[in-house]
Amino acid sequence: MVTRIHPRAVLAALALWLGLALFASQQLAAAEPAAAGSTPREFTLENGLQVVVIEDRRAPVVTQMLWYRVGAADEPPGLSGIAHYLEHLMFKATDNMEQGEFSAVVEANGGRDNAFTSWDYTGYFQRVAADRLELMMEMEADRMANLRIDLSDWLPERDVILEERSQVLESRPERVFGEQMRATLFQNHPYGIPIIGWRHEMEILDEAAATAFYRAHYAPNNAILIVAGYADAEEVRAMAERHFGPIPANPEAGPVARPTEPPHHAERRLIMRDPRVAQPFVNRVHLAPVRRAGDQAEAAAFSMLGALLGGSSQTSVLERRLTHEKGVALSAWAGHNGNARDHGTFSLGVTPAPGISLEEAEAALDAVLAEFIENGVDAEQFERVRMQVRAAAIYELDDASARARSIGADLAIGLTLEDSLGWLGALLEVTPDEVIAAARALDRRASVTGWLKGEEG
Amino acid sequence: MIRHLRILAVAAFAATPLHAEIDIRPVTSEAGFTAWLVEERSIPFVAIEVIFPGGAVLDADNWLGATSLMTELLSEGAGDLDAQGFAAAIEATAGSVRFDAGRDSVSLRIRALSENRDEVMALARLALTEPRFDEAALERVRAQTIASLERDARNPNTIAARAFNELAFEGHPYARPTDGTPESVAALSRDDILAAHQAALTRDRVLVGAAGDISAEELAALMDALLGDLPEATVPLPDYAEFTAPGGITVIEHPGPQSVIAFGHAGIRRDDPDFMAAFVMNEIFGGGRFGTRLMREMRTVRGLTYGIGTSVATAQHGDSFQGRVSTDNARAGEMVTLLRAEWDWLANGGITEADLDRVQTYLTGAYPLRFDGNASIAGILASMQFQGFDIDYVNVRNDLVRAVTIEDIHRVAERMIDPESLHFVIVGQPQGLEDLGF
Repeated sequence: MVTRIHPRAVLAALALWLGLALFASQQLAAAEPAAAGSTPREFTLENGLQVVVIEDRRAPVVTQMLWYRVGAADEPPGLSGIAHYLEHLMFKATDNMEQGEFSAVVEANGGRDNAFTSWDYTGYFQRVAADRLELMMEMEADRMANLRIDLSDWLPERDVILEERSQVLESRPERVFGEQMRATLFQNHPYGIPIIGWRHEMEILDEAAATAFYRAHYAPNNAILIVAGYADAEEVRAMAERHFGPIPANPEAGPVARPTEPPHHAERRLIMRDPRVAQPFVNRVHLAPVRRAGDQAEAAAFSMLGALLGGSSQTSVLERRLTHEKGVALSAWAGHNGNARDHGTFSLGVTPAPGISLEEAEAALDAVLAEFIENGVDAEQFERVRMQVRAAAIYELDDASARARSIGADLAIGLTLEDSLGWLGALLEVTPDEVIAAARALDRRASVTGWLKGEEG
Repeated sequence: MIRHLRILAVAAFAATPLHAEIDIRPVTSEAGFTAWLVEERSIPFVAIEVIFPGGAVLDADNWLGATSLMTELLSEGAGDLDAQGFAAAIEATAGSVRFDAGRDSVSLRIRALSENRDEVMALARLALTEPRFDEAALERVRAQTIASLERDARNPNTIAARAFNELAFEGHPYARPTDGTPESVAALSRDDILAAHQAALTRDRVLVGAAGDISAEELAALMDALLGDLPEATVPLPDYAEFTAPGGITVIEHPGPQSVIAFGHAGIRRDDPDFMAAFVMNEIFGGGRFGTRLMREMRTVRGLTYGIGTSVATAQHGDSFQGRVSTDNARAGEMVTLLRAEWDWLANGGITEADLDRVQTYLTGAYPLRFDGNASIAGILASMQFQGFDIDYVNVRNDLVRAVTIEDIHRVAERMIDPESLHFVIVGQPQGLEDLGF
């Protein structure tokens, strides 16, 4: 298969709205049989652990996810990468389990497990046969409270994260460029620091820093447990009380205040050259609204704007005008990411067609955006996008793990379950006028425009 | 988000095997098309996967990349609809119709809501049988494809994979790049695309899997409408490819912090009685997940890499046993030395009864977890047929895994694993290769 790399992911967490958000409308859930698509149940243990159960009994399989409301944006100055490093170390020993035993037990039970770190959260999950859920919960609770970091583990693991940085980031000029873009966009907020960390700071991370971060942030009152699949909410509650219940809350843990962005007054521009770049492109990233608890309307308008400008490789406005009609682009993109605690982003860009300069491509992009604002939203395209939003609600019911990820990520950035389930409705309430207002609100002074080029040209 | 990779140690719990409980029905249409179906009515949509065996191996030597480019163009306009019109029509249904070309097949994945399934299927049929291959679309997609190939030409992973294939399958279509080269794609004419269309999508080389809100009768009628107008196959499939790379090292200089190393030697055929033993052996040694011998030795103990994997790369027309790893340039020589030592370990009975027990428990327990949604089930059903399995394979597969003994593992390792035959393609600026005795 030919992969046409559209550098949509130049900001590491940039996700198009159709991918990350949850579209489970209550109306639809009510119309579905109980086998799939049930409305999630939510409760909180006395120690503050928030629990959500998503029942789907089509297959005897269950996913457990534990989300901590702490991520790379909560790292102490000088210790970039510590949140992700700790995530790796969580698979080592505890006071009750040997080095590597956690994953060995998951495997011995035919399950799979993994983990991930973002700026706002760190998550751990296992997918197992439904009758192994309690064992998974017992182990997940154990490492919430009893992690043990040995020298024979943390030293080679630091080499692993450095190799990870080399492999997934430094070997790819587009990723390095994305890191530079982000560091330039955010003037004060730690969203400008890469999740994996700056290499020179990663090289000095150690057991003491990891332990301090673990003690400060890993506690039941700073976590969300999601169980999705073949499970019963009342049984999950009893299980969670047995295993997580005895772990005391840590009154010091919880979302901490972060540095925030001041008003931006100056548009920024970057040029990066790398001999490994075969296709130059221009990308622009703006600060944009996030989804806020009880108020998702503004973010929804930007998300619909992203879908209309860049949601389809054929019919979205940028692709249609720049790639198909004017022929100045090989590809063009746009998208909003409002799934963050503090600041969202909106990006748009172009890979120029052969013979078109980056300057010409950028001018064409600006012209099409101005034309879009001038002409307004095409009614037929708007209806097609709304139809896809509605259908996404049905398709997502096919994947209980994906529902767990969407809801978990939403709760971890401070939204409520109601917000999470209401996102579809928020998108469908957006009017064409609100889309145009969002486009007008894209402020060049709060943006960075970058050109990634090869050595020649 | 950053994926985490990890380790294996002592397994403390035994799993009782879970039955897959998948009811797969064979479906035959009036026109003689067959499919495997899992009917699942709880969500109002269907997923259908169609595999057309053949793919890029059918490309003639002088039109490399034709099947791939043709496949990209199938969704760029058909019947009365141009590229924009076709995409808008699909979007209006909220269904999806996706074509992909690979080395051994072209696949078609369809997803449709029950409420407008007929409209989606009509569009899929149009794309399959009446593609327009308009000049404007051809030139636009050609330019995009060439750009993508130029990016690949600077990507160390692609460079390593291509160089390995060239050495491994000399003189066979498997040695060629699936998507062609910038030069070959630039030279393709519309007639070449039309010829590729006739060659790649045929009524006698097609396999269908379906899952979701559809009955056997509906599926049968749907297949006749979708596939009934396709031509018969005329281009023969290639012969079996002998593995041709000798033991040794090939270095390709490339800028960057790491060396990408592709390594391997000859593999094993799917119909070999020892195939399952080889598969289980590889799951213990380096297969695709975190609790393997190679991950423990190279990542957990030594911190040499973020990830390493090997696979029994058994395909339709040729086989290899191969792996891939990235490591710092300064540690490339050390990695090669360690890999040869690990090969030695594997060839000489390194795997123990306990290793085998653990992996059997894992494999049998994990198998049912794959059948977790209409889209994944449809894909599995089509791919099982493509690989030549019987329809009841789902129900016996775990028994086959459990039947593998430690003697089977040692026999297949001794037969198949040979440190001297390992060829390493190293892309980067590797150091420490001078004293390795190659």
